[in-house]
Amino acid sequence: MKYMLLFVSPPTDSPDQPGAQCTVEDWMAYDKQMKDAGIWVSGNALADLTTCTSVKVDADGQRIVTDGPFAESREVLGGYDVIDVPNLDVALDWAARSPGARDGGSVQVRPIAEFGL
Amino acid sequence: MVGGEPQNQPAARGPETDPTAVRASVAAVFREEHGRLLATLVRRFGDLHLAEESAAEAIEAALTHWPISGVPTRPGAWLLTTARRRAVDRIRRDRTLALRIAVLQAEADRADPAPAADVDRDLPDDRLALFFTCAHPALTEEDRVALTLRCLGGLTTAEVARAFLVPEATMAQRIVRAKRKIRDARIPFRVPGADELPQRLPGVLQAVYSIFTEGYAASSGPRLQRLDLAEEAIRLARILHRLLPAQRETAGLLGLLLLVHARRHTRTGPDGVPVLLDEQDRRRWDRPMIGEGCALARTALTGGPPGPYGLQAAIAALHDEAPDVAGTDWPQIVALYDVLLRVAPSPVVALNRAVAVAMRDGPAAGLALLDELAADPRLRSYHPLPAARADLLHRLGRHADAADAYRQAVDLAGTEPDREHLRRRLAEAEAATRVD
Repeated sequence: MKYMLLFVSPPTDSPDQPGAQCTVEDWMAYDKQMKDAGIWVSGNALADLTTCTSVKVDADGQRIVTDGPFAESREVLGGYDVIDVPNLDVALDWAARSPGARDGGSVQVRPIAEFGL
Repeated sequence: MVGGEPQNQPAARGPETDPTAVRASVAAVFREEHGRLLATLVRRFGDLHLAEESAAEAIEAALTHWPISGVPTRPGAWLLTTARRRAVDRIRRDRTLALRIAVLQAEADRADPAPAADVDRDLPDDRLALFFTCAHPALTEEDRVALTLRCLGGLTTAEVARAFLVPEATMAQRIVRAKRKIRDARIPFRVPGADELPQRLPGVLQAVYSIFTEGYAASSGPRLQRLDLAEEAIRLARILHRLLPAQRETAGLLGLLLLVHARRHTRTGPDGVPVLLDEQDRRRWDRPMIGEGCALARTALTGGPPGPYGLQAAIAALHDEAPDVAGTDWPQIVALYDVLLRVAPSPVVALNRAVAVAMRDGPAAGLALLDELAADPRLRSYHPLPAARADLLHRLGRHADAADAYRQAVDLAGTEPDREHLRRRLAEAEAATRVD
């Protein structure tokens, strides 16, 4: 079954942000572990939230583009991986092993919907 | 009603001819068989819903056939064979279900390649895995308790709803939602490995403990004790202890439940109002149950660092073995609470420790500790805190302050018997104020 691991971190200016931060090397090592285990499907780190733009289309078909969102997002989605593992316990193990689960961050584990099953 | 002693051949016993009576006695066996049957079916098919439906159909078939054709020589095997046949029929009829079962089985083999259970041998006991599925940390605590009662306790959804004093529709919705999460997030049906057990076992024990406390002191409603739930929790704790004999905390949990349940006949008066420990008739405590509980408490505290259930069992054992409140080993109880506070810190444990300190060192010492705890927001609506303060104030001769604290406790108490008990205490404190 495929699960998406969403790596969520508190905003960098947050007071509950601890000093210790995981490094690029930590993420590269995690990436390699997943690939070596043959469970990695896809994944990316996302660019800084300051580069984010939101789009919506209103009832008249008018496109509304805004910078952000920033202020209202207490937590920031920093990246994701999709893994293919037998069950939730294995997915939770991989989530717990990721650098994103430490230093005040958390990992949301979401099954990919399987239509027809 | 719930959690009677396991019986193996009830339907064959006695010249029972009334079909309703036969049905009732057969149904009683199924409470014991249901969890085991369900667990074996989940192991076989991987799908909790399919397992429940086919188990229910097999039991229904037994209720129809056995009173006429007699109970088969191996009732468990009969039920399992029938249930498996019904499950296979369902899979044949439903292509989507067939596809899902096939995927589940492929994934199960990938995660944990193990030979399939052999029906022709004695029935395997897969209930341990079912315990861990029902109490999985990915489910809410309420869902874990409801599922454990539904799947392992074999209670109907209506019975689970009654046990927790919620409308049946609410409980049905909760169980459906929890089972959907198990299916769609694919919470596995497996016993965690030795390395995971320290993290996963407490959740299972907590679910059983919650069933017990709900039966022991209903959090709301007219009745204080619901003994059937407490007995069901003890039955489940016994199964867990049998399946995990090397885990000291399972011994601790079973010991704790027995040591508390041994006082069931004296905990409330004839009018249903609670009776405190110092006024209970200790001759009516269940001595054999205390004996069994004490042995389990010793097991739980031997051979390694103590866990929270073992420590609570040891505290309950000291109460149960004491001749009266004055003859209770309060220094030892305080020492055990000190360890418990380190192992499992909680404001409720701190409150109980303060009460024990008051017994050891006098009411003033206990009151000082309680006043520190009063600042804890987690205890803000917990009526035992003002009730304990009131008791100590009363013993210190500060009757007006005691009356104030009793009034707070009355306002916070959730059940009518608790309120009535506190109102009587309040009346005593008010009477003492007038004497002052």
